[in-house]
Amino acid sequence: MTDGVKKFLYVNRKAPYGTIYALESLEVVLIGAAFDLDVSLAFLDDGVFQLVKSQDTKEIGVKNFSPTFRALGDYEVTKLYVEKESLAERGLTAEDLQEITYEDEDDDYAEKPSLIFVSRAEMADVMGDQDVVLSF
Amino acid sequence: MKFGILISEGPYTHQASDTAFHFVSAALAAGHEVPRVFFYHDGVNVGTRLSIPPQDERNIQQQWTTLAAEHKIDLVICIAAAQRRGLLDQNEADRQGKDASNIAEGFRISGLGQLIEMGIETDRLMTFGD
Repeated sequence: MTDGVKKFLYVNRKAPYGTIYALESLEVVLIGAAFDLDVSLAFLDDGVFQLVKSQDTKEIGVKNFSPTFRALGDYEVTKLYVEKESLAERGLTAEDLQEITYEDEDDDYAEKPSLIFVSRAEMADVMGDQDVVLSF
Repeated sequence: MKFGILISEGPYTHQASDTAFHFVSAALAAGHEVPRVFFYHDGVNVGTRLSIPPQDERNIQQQWTTLAAEHKIDLVICIAAAQRRGLLDQNEADRQGKDASNIAEGFRISGLGQLIEMGIETDRLMTFGD
């Protein structure tokens, strides 16, 4: 814990549809953005499917919430860690994911990528560095 | 140590709320503090007063209501998750034009901010779920 601001990590492990965990996780992230926190998100296991681009849920009759990820930058949620092994195990590459960026106010509002691709070992370090880990 | 507790699976279907209950009971007995338990996802269903488990089974809602009264634990049910699943207090039933409420004694309905606040104000946040 530094400067009294706690580091929160939201871990997303489940596919976006089929269960409600992914959607209700995102609701926590959006509410949590109102608090003074150092926020990161992690995507691993089937959670990497949440970031796949061009999702179309019309045929299953549930809301497609994936565009909300692109708005996270406006909530100052700018660190989305994606586990490389989880992608590879599911036949996915970075090109299959939607582009998520934020405007860096410390760098003349330059647009920068929010997705950070890390190995499983690096993800463990990310988790070890947190004060609070919420797993969904 | 001060523990915050998050329960994210429903009663009876899943062991999460039982394990959380045992953990909280043990932590309190060992002299730790548990100021709040937050119920999310199907965990909100723990807070209905209308469940009637068979008499030779534990009553999960009653266990929490009793423990909370003894130790002044704040049992908070997430309002967004509760509304989806039909958990209402009388205020919310009136506001939404529903003909009944079902929240049990000792529980209250509030927002996700209470979960975040719990993470900030406790030493450890423990999640009980899948």
